[in-house]
Amino acid sequence: MPGENHPILETKDLNIAYGTLEAVRHINLSIPEKSITAIIGPSGCGKSTLLRAFNRMNEFIASVRTTGMVRFREQNIYETSVDVVSLRRAIGMVFQKPNPFPKTIFKNVAWGPRINGYPGSLQQRVEEALKKAALWDEVSDKLDQDGLSLSGGQQQRLCIARTIAMEPEVILMDEPCSALDPISTRRIEDLLFELKQRYTIVIVTHNMQQAARVSDHTAFMYQGELIEYGPTELIFTRPKVKQTEDYVTGKFG
Amino acid sequence: MFDTRKLEKNLKRRKLVGKVSLLVCVASTLFGIVLLGVLLIDIVRDGYAYLDSQFLTSFPSRFPARAGIKSALWGSTWLIGCTALFSIPVGVGASIYLEEFAARNWFTRFIQLNIANLAAVPSIVYGMLGLVIFVRWLNLERSVISGALTMSLLILPTIIIASQEALKAIPDSIRFAALALGSSRWQMVRDHILPSAFPGMMTGVILAMSRAIGETAPLIMIGALTYVAFVPERLSDPFTALPIQIFNWASRPQHEFHNIAAAGIIVLLLLLLTMNAVAILSRNHFEREQH
Repeated sequence: MPGENHPILETKDLNIAYGTLEAVRHINLSIPEKSITAIIGPSGCGKSTLLRAFNRMNEFIASVRTTGMVRFREQNIYETSVDVVSLRRAIGMVFQKPNPFPKTIFKNVAWGPRINGYPGSLQQRVEEALKKAALWDEVSDKLDQDGLSLSGGQQQRLCIARTIAMEPEVILMDEPCSALDPISTRRIEDLLFELKQRYTIVIVTHNMQQAARVSDHTAFMYQGELIEYGPTELIFTRPKVKQTEDYVTGKFG
Repeated sequence: MFDTRKLEKNLKRRKLVGKVSLLVCVASTLFGIVLLGVLLIDIVRDGYAYLDSQFLTSFPSRFPARAGIKSALWGSTWLIGCTALFSIPVGVGASIYLEEFAARNWFTRFIQLNIANLAAVPSIVYGMLGLVIFVRWLNLERSVISGALTMSLLILPTIIIASQEALKAIPDSIRFAALALGSSRWQMVRDHILPSAFPGMMTGVILAMSRAIGETAPLIMIGALTYVAFVPERLSDPFTALPIQIFNWASRPQHEFHNIAAAGIIVLLLLLLTMNAVAILSRNHFEREQH
């Protein structure tokens, strides 16, 4: 299994159910640090549910039940002693649809650091985050404009900048390009290569080419179960399981 | 395949039905507006002659020429001011708790059901409640504060429900965005949810306040006076209010008092319009400022 880096996130027999529907079953997965891990699989296979388990965002869904373990740096994040606010500060999230706050570009990025009591210059922090998100050049002269006035792709990079401004250790991305055109998608993918120097990225995607292009490791899920997990090359060229092969070659999905 | 000729005939009929429906809707709109217009014209014709500075600055009198609305105008202003002070924080607070913090369980559903029912309770019942609790038990007498607290109870359900609707209209994506950045729920509500929901909440508050200023029954129930020759100066003073004063004049046998009642109605409407205008302007101002 992927072992060149130390695992930063690990699940042990993770089960997540919505009422009686078992969305995620018996997942054992360890995600290496400073790399990109893609989770692929057909709609409804539980990949987004699994992703949200990493920063406990499933808790906002009524009747959700999580059993098993998710460890972040050896700490089980579902223990009662864990403060979920600081957990989410360390594990940021970018959503499927760009969701900037209806506020200025500056405020969108500055809000996270500000409410978490960032002691330094917010101005500087915002500039850095926007640069890392490859958005600075496009917005540097209009930081006081509404974040919603940007294009879809820019909005998504703004959301990434907002997440980066918190200096998280992990960035979870839930199909971040599914609402974007190919050119915007390309820009975000280029950005991902930059970001993995500093952050661990877990990305859920529908798009197999995207997983093949950007990720170091790929997990294939089907009907709530983890079918196969390994280096992306192997998953796409020499999968061990028949279902994985059928999916990555487009026979179903 | 479609039969073109039949389709053609059918299309004509569909267009006709569309036109008739539109007409009915326009007529319904006009009905309300025209009626309101007629009412306004009638009242202005009756009351205009009595509407002068003397009317606004005099206390009620049994002589029509000297009768004025000063005590009722001040009474209503006190009443509505205090009602706003009590009901807005409590109503908005309750709606924030119910929408943003409370777990969805049988208990909150029970509260929710009760609030919806309370919104439909006749105002006279609130008057009785106010009489028993505020006037008798708490010994607040027939005072401005008793009236304001009673009015607050009356409009609280409206404010809570309208504010909840305003909060519900904010998409969850904003909540998730804030929480995923490591914010507490309160930080999320304070910085993102409330500013976005504020205009909607204001609309609910404006409607509730308009209702409060026109309500008569609960005030009569708690014993607001019908003849008051002074302006309330503190919360414990007795008072009268515009609708009560108007009702009092309208029920007198002399014809002049009916015209004075009409003048009183004009004052009440103007006060209401001013209040709403200020509220709407500040709401629009806030909507622009927000970003």
